[in-house]
Amino acid sequence: MLDFLPELPVAEWIDNFVDWTKSAFSFAFDPIKNEFGDFIEGTAELLSEVPPSIIIIIVALLAFFISGKKVGLPIFSIIGLLFILNQDIWEELMFTFTLILFASVISVVIGIPLGILMSKSRWAQIIITPILDFMQTMPAFVYLIPAVVFFGIGMVPGVFASVVFATPPVVRFTNLGIRQVSSELVEAADAFGTTGSQKLFKVELPMAKKTIMAGVNQTVMLSLSMVVIASMIGAPGLGDLVLSALQRSQGGQGFVAGLGIVILAIIIDRMTQNLNKGK
Amino acid sequence: MSIIKVRNLSKIFGKRVKEATSLLDKGASKEEILKKTGCTVGVNRATFEVQQGEVFVIMGLSGSGKSTLVRLLNRLIEPTNGDVEVGGENLAKVGKEQLRKVRREKLSMVFQKFGLFPFRTVLENTEFGLEIQGVKKEERSKKAKEALELVGLGSFIHQYPDQLSGGMQQRVGLARALANDPEVLLMDEAFSALDPLIRKDMQDELLDLQEKMKKTIIFITHDLDEALRIGDRIALMKDGSIVQIGTPEEILVNPANDYVERFVEDVDRSKVLTASHIMKRPETVDIEKHGPRVALERMREQGLSSIYVVDRTRQLKGYVTADDVSEARKKEQKDLHNIIRTDMPVAQPDTSIHEIFEIIHNAPVPVAVVDDGKLKGIIVRGAVIAALANGNGVTETHA
Repeated sequence: MLDFLPELPVAEWIDNFVDWTKSAFSFAFDPIKNEFGDFIEGTAELLSEVPPSIIIIIVALLAFFISGKKVGLPIFSIIGLLFILNQDIWEELMFTFTLILFASVISVVIGIPLGILMSKSRWAQIIITPILDFMQTMPAFVYLIPAVVFFGIGMVPGVFASVVFATPPVVRFTNLGIRQVSSELVEAADAFGTTGSQKLFKVELPMAKKTIMAGVNQTVMLSLSMVVIASMIGAPGLGDLVLSALQRSQGGQGFVAGLGIVILAIIIDRMTQNLNKGK
Repeated sequence: MSIIKVRNLSKIFGKRVKEATSLLDKGASKEEILKKTGCTVGVNRATFEVQQGEVFVIMGLSGSGKSTLVRLLNRLIEPTNGDVEVGGENLAKVGKEQLRKVRREKLSMVFQKFGLFPFRTVLENTEFGLEIQGVKKEERSKKAKEALELVGLGSFIHQYPDQLSGGMQQRVGLARALANDPEVLLMDEAFSALDPLIRKDMQDELLDLQEKMKKTIIFITHDLDEALRIGDRIALMKDGSIVQIGTPEEILVNPANDYVERFVEDVDRSKVLTASHIMKRPETVDIEKHGPRVALERMREQGLSSIYVVDRTRQLKGYVTADDVSEARKKEQKDLHNIIRTDMPVAQPDTSIHEIFEIIHNAPVPVAVVDDGKLKGIIVRGAVIAALANGNGVTETHA
């Protein structure tokens, strides 16, 4: 019916844009790819070198103290990690964990300030909200493509794609948390003559802490799921095992690797949630 | 000396503020302006002065603009028009930096729902204002402790707000405001969230504190009783305008218009002193046990010329006079039945002083206060006169 309209060459535009970005920002992308890539890989290898028993003990102790001296989570952690060790997928676990660690830390470091900005400025809110919607609804696989163009294959594009995918919740929750601080407390802060940053750090952020931590939890879990998908662009780890099992139709192997991811997810989720309960 | 001068202070909420302002200047009413421009008049050209050391109460029903008015004073809400001078400085015109300075040093606020920070201890809450000013840890902790001592919370400093009762939380709010040593305390419905008994206590305490500190206090309330109790002067607000400013007495005696009068009427009835306030414990004799000898003895002890007679359940039977009793004694009568008189003046515990004043006028004996036939107390003429003479403004309107 609308045949007279030529098809818009959107795909071409995007390609051109990506190519242009790549060449224009290669001064930034290349060092990230090389230096940062080496750093992530170095961290992952270092973790793999540490005797598993030491890591298991550390995780169990952390779990014990974070969960308020209860034994459930520590016991689960020990059994789960021993199972992973037994299945000989320990090194992959360390790589996956490293990816999550970097992706989450970067997401949080970017996300919290953005959330604060959104809560303070109506304009920031108007501009950032649709971008976040876009980031979250776009199929996660799509992020892999520019990630490869910018950073080649390996861990760096994996972290990049995860950051894009996992940042929105912490931004949203930070914004929400600060906006939810009761108006009387904000008035009290103002009435005592706080500066903007005093109000933020002494009143708003402490009040919003729980909400923000819920966002951090979401971000960590999302980066975990993305890190698995990122195996398609050569990010090593448990996801890579799942992918190769899929390609070779090895159901058992895939299930074991999947189980490893589940165990990691549960440990991380419970730990970050308990951090939030705190005192 | 007036520390706060407010002139023509207005706040209009909405989009077509300019139009609304000019309508307001032409004397349009709140409803007209709302209809024509969609703007709400929060405060309508308020003008008043507050003297140093005065408790200035701004009172009105909800929606009358009193909370908006107090927020215009420290610019938590930006005024649309008008001036707010605090200590000679026009706050409505100063820059952000200066405004912050004034808020830190001159004005402190106490909030209706306390406005305490739940993640801070009582001490840390109290230190807040000083912390914001960059006062050193030791000094601010010392000042905060003094303020907490002042409100009687010296031993709760390490508790968190949610561990305290409402009244105690508001004491923390008060201590937090006092720790700054401000010139002016703004109290926004500070006691309204407390239950009535605690509220009375807090009012008393505030008056005690005020006696010592001599701060200037601007107190917002919707409760006229509270206003009359603590206010040196009261400003009555309606629909964003101040309808009358005056001492409690002036407001009660000369209500400026019908609106104020309706308020005052309501209060009047509840505030009137009644018989139960001024009665005292009666001397009595028991008709079933006592004869003329005991009656005479009691009257002699107390210097009375008459005494009330009751039965075992304190039902009032009447009174006997000293003359009759000594007569009866001479005649060697054993009981009081024959000489009881019953023409005594009687009042209920809730009879107003005004009415008692009329019945006591020519009565031969003190007024008997009787509830359910039982003698609760007696009122002597002196007590009524004293109550009328040095009672509060309310009773004076009756005198």
